[in-house]
Amino acid sequence: MKRDLVLVVVARLLIPFILLFAFYVQFHAKYSAGGGFQAGVIIAAAIIFYSLIYGVESTRKLIPGWLVETMLACGVLIYASVGLIGIAMGGNYLDYSVLDPDPVHGQFLGIFWIEVGVAVTVSSVMLGVFYMFAARGQDPE
Amino acid sequence: MAITVIVLIRSRNLFSVIVLFGIYSFLMATVLVALDAVDVAMTEASVGAGISMVLMLGALYLCKSEEAKPMRQPWLPLALSVTTAGVLVYGTLGLPAFSDPAAPIHTHVADRYLQDSVRETGVPNVVTAVLASYRGYDTLGETTVVFTAGVGVIALLRRRRRTRHGTDA
Repeated sequence: MKRDLVLVVVARLLIPFILLFAFYVQFHAKYSAGGGFQAGVIIAAAIIFYSLIYGVESTRKLIPGWLVETMLACGVLIYASVGLIGIAMGGNYLDYSVLDPDPVHGQFLGIFWIEVGVAVTVSSVMLGVFYMFAARGQDPE
Repeated sequence: MAITVIVLIRSRNLFSVIVLFGIYSFLMATVLVALDAVDVAMTEASVGAGISMVLMLGALYLCKSEEAKPMRQPWLPLALSVTTAGVLVYGTLGLPAFSDPAAPIHTHVADRYLQDSVRETGVPNVVTAVLASYRGYDTLGETTVVFTAGVGVIALLRRRRRTRHGTDA
């Protein structure tokens, strides 16, 4: 892949800030707009941006396909297990108030972890779909 | 937005169609910001204008960039979509007036969410509180839908690659 100097420099400047913004959207969702879904999409956009500039092969070395597929399942697993932990601690499924002696803090914990689950799933789905498209483009038909 | 849609329909070059689609998504996001739905606007901007454009460009890379001429005049699909649009517009006539305070959506659970969510969940952003806590099951379902879609795409596209390797070997 041909590497344009301007694009490489701009990507180097922008990608850390895109990722930082994604994590801001993820962890600050309780106070401002955003949440796991948006953060996951922004993370995937940053990685796809990287792979457009540096090539899909180097992205695959950075984040291999098996990792994406494992994360795909782990996201839903994190979400569902938050619900199961709620049952184990004596509440209903997806009832966060029992996660902590202080119900409000329990809600905080529960929302935090399910947002993590959503973000992991969404970003890896986007990335997985992108990898599949990119792989089809590279294969000689 | 209307101009974008008209140019979108008239254009035969798929590359410009995709770019126009992105522009439409950004305009839609600004409309949603104007309606104070910042969370939805953010999703629209990042998914509609960002990721789906990249994926469509990836699909365009695999096929020709000019749209083929249609074989027949599309009267039946046109009639079908106009009828559906008519039924939907007729349906909106049954809705309460815009920003009517007595509408069912404002009298059912919205008040409770707005008044009690900060005390019950400690989360100032009501959208996050409703999405993650009160409607936790729905969000679990949505996440599962996203997961299933991703698994489906990977299963479909990867099997094709494997079989080709198998026949080569």
